Amino acid sequence: MFKAVVTITFKKNILDPQGSAVHKALHSLGYPEVSDVRVGKHIEVVMDVDSDEIAHKRIEEMCTKLLANPVIEDYQINVAVVE
Amino acid sequence: MRFGVVVFPGSNCDADCYHVIDKVLAEPVEYLWHGDRDLKEVDCVILPGGFSYGDYLRVGAIARFSPVMEKVLEHAAGGGLVIGICNGFQILTEVGLLPGALVRNPSLKFQCHNTRLRVERNDLPFTSLYKKKEIVEIPIAHGEGSFVADEETLELLEKENRVVFRYCDENGEINGISNPNGSLNNIAGICNEKGNVLGMMPHPERCAEEILGGLDGEILFRSLAGWRQGGDVA
Repeated sequence: MFKAVVTITFKKNILDPQGSAVHKALHSLGYPEVSDVRVGKHIEVVMDVDSDEIAHKRIEEMCTKLLANPVIEDYQINVAVVE
Repeated sequence: MRFGVVVFPGSNCDADCYHVIDKVLAEPVEYLWHGDRDLKEVDCVILPGGFSYGDYLRVGAIARFSPVMEKVLEHAAGGGLVIGICNGFQILTEVGLLPGALVRNPSLKFQCHNTRLRVERNDLPFTSLYKKKEIVEIPIAHGEGSFVADEETLELLEKENRVVFRYCDENGEINGISNPNGSLNNIAGICNEKGNVLGMMPHPERCAEEILGGLDGEILFRSLAGWRQGGDVA
């Protein structure tokens, strides 16, 4: 079994109002060093496939079809073997 | 003109649209179930507002894969009329019938109030009975209505005159104050290249009877209903 962890964030040029709100909140909590916050999504997909290569290919496809919207979002994929 | 209102799990403006067409316009209308690959031979498909599939993952992201959407795509490709209102607009961008995307309002609030819109084109089946540059009042009700697109797409939309409604002030001026949700270029509604697919965030079905405080939305439905009579109003 393989587990793919997909991290989805807004593209740099897309305003992330949640990130801005959290950014401001951190400042008012006394963390002036915070210079940027982006809020994204974390999706874990467990797959019953035979190889790391197939897992990558399938999760990439899932990302472009459904999990992320390429118009507004970027995504990163990490695949690991799980029991 | 036969209308069809698509019902997704989580649609909540489907009955309002149905009511306006059935009772106010007295035109034939059918509900179209999301799980059926059948448009019941309607001429105009309405994707209503609501929270299809609970807005899970992204607004409109899961609804676009409903069986009925395959038929909606075919219908649109053949020149058939499609209008997406609010969540319907979000679904149309997700399925690729319209460009751009609708993202979270910068206010982070669900905004539910009247907005003024400038009608940028009245040569479409959806807007033929409005006057050009007419200022109308139609309510919005959304948390994710901020229209975004990359620069190239935005330029193309403007160049091809595909912005149909823009948020404006009482004088028809387009400015930041009249923009409720940070939409680029104050965009409230756009159409596809051929002009047979319209997406808009404001809810015309919520102001289509005098008792509801206005008739500015009724004009849109009447424009559509009248389109069958001869078509060419451009």
